Amino acid sequence: MSSAGQGYAAVSDAAPGSAAKFETWLWIAQRASAAVLALCVLVHLATIIYAVHHGLTGAAILARTRGNVGALAFYALYVLAIAVHAPIGLRALCQEWLGWRNNALNWVIGALALALFIFGLRAGAAVFLA
Amino acid sequence: MKNDYRARNHPAWWAFLVHRLSGLALTLFLPFHFWALGQALQGEARLDTLLRWTQQPLVKFAEAGLVLLLAAHLAGGLRLLALEFLPWRGWQKSLLAWAAGAAIAAGLAFALVL
Repeated sequence: MSSAGQGYAAVSDAAPGSAAKFETWLWIAQRASAAVLALCVLVHLATIIYAVHHGLTGAAILARTRGNVGALAFYALYVLAIAVHAPIGLRALCQEWLGWRNNALNWVIGALALALFIFGLRAGAAVFLA
Repeated sequence: MKNDYRARNHPAWWAFLVHRLSGLALTLFLPFHFWALGQALQGEARLDTLLRWTQQPLVKFAEAGLVLLLAAHLAGGLRLLALEFLPWRGWQKSLLAWAAGAAIAAGLAFALVL
């Protein structure tokens, strides 16, 4: 059965009921990650503005992050929320603007989420361990 | 066509477009941001080399743009959460203006110290 023109319920090759359930979970994940990100981005923006006021150097950045368990925990939560939020948003864009609605999209988006999570954690670990 | 134009000329449609395009731009920027922070694994000097590269006017301009986009996406997202999860109140009509104002303020706070 062609998936064209079936809207959001057609994004999965699974039965319609489970496809709808999948969409519901994605919607919840998008809103929950948005709520976490709202706090994280506020802290991030405040840190950015503080950092540019106090000189943006490697030493200044690493002085705040090196061995700072609190900063690492914050960063890990931030990265997790990003890895959930950004791919789901990109998925909606691919569906609505590119008309890409088959199951391959879900695999690509899943791979993107995993890559963002791994590389984000690597970046957090880098400034923690440096 | 006329209906389509009218729908797209609504402030809420522009808010949707800004939210979507800022989200796309931020997602595309993320790999570079993670790569840049990852340079710290090679030592403080490597990170400094990268930060010196970012002192170029065009890069600074792009950074200010990214801060503006991040603030715009945050403000637009807060507006959406308020619309979806809070009971409707009259003040929510003003959220678009508040979101735009907050985003511009954050962008300026970054840009004016560059």
